[in-house]
Amino acid sequence: MEKESIEVFINSLSNFYRQIGAAEVSVGVPYLLDANQPVASDFTGIIGISGKRRGCVYFTCPKAMLSYLLMSVGESEVTTEHLCDMVGEIANTIAGNARKEFGSEFMISVPVVVQGVPENIHLPDNTRCVVIPTKWKSYQSAIVVALE
Amino acid sequence: MAETMKRLMIVDDSMIIRRRIKREHGLENFSVVGTASDGEQAVALARQTNPDLITIDLTMPNMDGIDAIPLISEACPTAKILVVSALSDKATAIQALSRGAQGFLCKPFTDEELQQALKELAED
Repeated sequence: MEKESIEVFINSLSNFYRQIGAAEVSVGVPYLLDANQPVASDFTGIIGISGKRRGCVYFTCPKAMLSYLLMSVGESEVTTEHLCDMVGEIANTIAGNARKEFGSEFMISVPVVVQGVPENIHLPDNTRCVVIPTKWKSYQSAIVVALE
Repeated sequence: MAETMKRLMIVDDSMIIRRRIKREHGLENFSVVGTASDGEQAVALARQTNPDLITIDLTMPNMDGIDAIPLISEACPTAKILVVSALSDKATAIQALSRGAQGFLCKPFTDEELQQALKELAED
């Protein structure tokens, strides 16, 4: 995957944090992922990609981080439903904002949310999977981009 | 004599976004008449409540916002529709506007941006 494509997703996530008035996110060095060993934290929001590009984009992070983000957007309740909704909305925002660069043929699905660390997340065959590690406050999270 | 309350309808598959818009819309003289989590529900709710102002997401299950907007416009021809979506490409915004929306607010948004976008449509 081109460097520019990775930057699109980093910019989308940075924009998300900026808009909710949160501190800057720091981004680690992206690395290639073995499709058989997907990265996953407590909650994962997965967006399917179709159209000109095919594959998926997902965002995964710990429960404590989502709880903090929920409070940042004014939510007083932190239930599992809220946590799943939040991680799905972050994934939706990251993938949706990428259309500014990739155009409307970068078609995105509604989010699918996985709770807990699954045995595996099926990543599409013939894709290069790039993990973009991110850190916000003390919380480690990641964007994983698996596109043909 | 008390002024008649106007009706705001909120459509988004994210509960957090629906709750946030309900809490932060900042419109005086508007009451939220209902919320929907997909396009099908939105069309039915619009027919039932005849809202004056609607916020609608685009990426939703069952029926997306792009398909729901013309149906809502047909059911409520005077309703103003604000798209609130993460889809940030120009082609999508143009498509939504050509189908009957009057405004477009890109996610993520601040409370101030939401209030400004809604106020502009409400006063239009």
